Amino acid sequence: MPLNVDPNIPDPDGFYARLIEAHDGLSDEDSARLNARLILILANQIGDPDLLEAALRAARQPGA
Amino acid sequence: MIHDRYQLAFKLYPYERSTDQDAETPVRHPVVVIGGGPVGVATALDLGLQGIPVVVLDDHEGIGMGSRAICFAKRSLEIADRYGAGEPMLDKGVIWNLGKVFHDDRKVFEFNLLPEEGHKFPAFINLQQPYFEKFLVDRVRQAQADGTPIDLRGKNRVDSVTTHDDHVTLEITTPDGPYTIEADWVIGCDGASSPLRGMLRLDFEGRVFEDSFLIADIKMANEDFPTERWFWFEPYFKSGASTLLHKQPDGIWRVDFQIGWDVDRATELKEENVRARLDAMLGEVDYEIVWTSIYTFQCRRMKQFRHGRVIFAGDAAHQVSPFGARGANSGMQDVDNLGWKLGLVIKGQAPECLLDSYDAERIYGADENILNSTRATDFITPKSKVSHVFRNAVLDLAEHYAFARPLVNSGRLSVPCTYDGGPLNSADALSGGPARTRPGSPCPDAPLRDGYLLNHLGGGFTVISFGAEVPDLSEEAGVALSCLRLGSADDPTGALSSRYLGSADQAVYLIRPDQHVAARWDRFDAAALRSAIRRACGLE
Repeated sequence: MPLNVDPNIPDPDGFYARLIEAHDGLSDEDSARLNARLILILANQIGDPDLLEAALRAARQPGA
Repeated sequence: MIHDRYQLAFKLYPYERSTDQDAETPVRHPVVVIGGGPVGVATALDLGLQGIPVVVLDDHEGIGMGSRAICFAKRSLEIADRYGAGEPMLDKGVIWNLGKVFHDDRKVFEFNLLPEEGHKFPAFINLQQPYFEKFLVDRVRQAQADGTPIDLRGKNRVDSVTTHDDHVTLEITTPDGPYTIEADWVIGCDGASSPLRGMLRLDFEGRVFEDSFLIADIKMANEDFPTERWFWFEPYFKSGASTLLHKQPDGIWRVDFQIGWDVDRATELKEENVRARLDAMLGEVDYEIVWTSIYTFQCRRMKQFRHGRVIFAGDAAHQVSPFGARGANSGMQDVDNLGWKLGLVIKGQAPECLLDSYDAERIYGADENILNSTRATDFITPKSKVSHVFRNAVLDLAEHYAFARPLVNSGRLSVPCTYDGGPLNSADALSGGPARTRPGSPCPDAPLRDGYLLNHLGGGFTVISFGAEVPDLSEEAGVALSCLRLGSADDPTGALSSRYLGSADQAVYLIRPDQHVAARWDRFDAAALRSAIRRACGLE
């Protein structure tokens, strides 16, 4: 299964607002930790090594 | 004395002495509207065209300078059209569909509003606010000539109000001195800093955004710039943390720079400083500066819009950020919602509690607008480092991947509110009916054999039959009704059927005077109709 780069989030504005709210009151360092934990949780949800590799590449060099 | 607080674009209602000023005892009026801006004048048109006498008091003698609200949405134009003022707006306005989003020196993506076919009005027009207001006042003058009871009083400043159970007393200052009138109902349309709200010591709570925006309206010597909306995040030309470029009629362009919180207004507004920002952005281009202004904004609303006999509408009741064009556009929806309800109450056809549904429905609308415009503001002006990092990550990804584009928020453009769960709706009884016309929805327009659907709706209650048997109706529960029977011959494009029938074979709709759906069924049922009308009028 290829990496899905088409819109897949039903309520983009609502999701984005919750993502930013999750950082409310955190220091920059605590925010970075939250982001790291979130990435690990989502990576576990995906599981598929090929997909994770493709996501890493896309994040490292968007569009490449 | 009354001093002008701003320059006028059009002097349309010069002060004239009213006979009320010579009356021995204060004259009582059914409705007094405070504020002659777009919301106040539209309120006067709505009520006046119902035959209800309205006095509008404004402390100036016409329409203020400055383009201010420039994006008027389809729904506002449809409402204005119901009052007979929509077509000149459409003729004058600039229609645009293409938007481009830039980050630094790169185009991130572009979008097309892709307007749906089969509507009398486009998704948006750009039009300077003074024109929008002038077309409403022109319509008032025309209606007055036909006997519509609207009285527009310039240089009449309300200095104090006293509220009573069944009326309000207003003390007014004019160039000829003070006088007093009474009103059964007062509508407060006196803008974001509403003096009326202050006089009644009413709350206005919400979020203050610490940022300022510099507006420059410019006339370009070269008119080849495309009719598109261009939005820059962190532009390479460094004239603002964000910048918007948008076209208006008369060859005028709106440029809007986000310039930060701690700015000295007088310095920033000096022509050479405005030109420095514009030159960095536009390069070697000749232009003339027509109007400049600096604004800040807040997202907040009153807890309640109705306070007994005093009812607030527009910016006086709620304020939003400008991103998404939800200020003037939501004010027009307030008027649309309030006008028929107050009309029925004044005519004794509905109980006063019907007006509480104005609170319920328009507070729902205001909250939706505040939510959307707050989210846009948070995206455009991130409040923390992590929020800024996420915002720029979205922009980086949006350049390459479609999934990130719906996350880019440079303003979610105003769409009319659907009053889901509203107190006047009856349960949806049309199986297979489209979601967009569920009870509470504003009726989407559609072409008929001759003209457009919305020109047949509004003002009073309408029963529409789409292919269903419906008896002749003229009144129900004491309220006047008209009946519109439509069949496949009336639906040349199929839009009517796809917007109102969906997979149903036939349908009966009850439409409110503000063109919102009150109820719908798969067949005519006299008892259900009576109950739905009673519910929509606050009678049960």
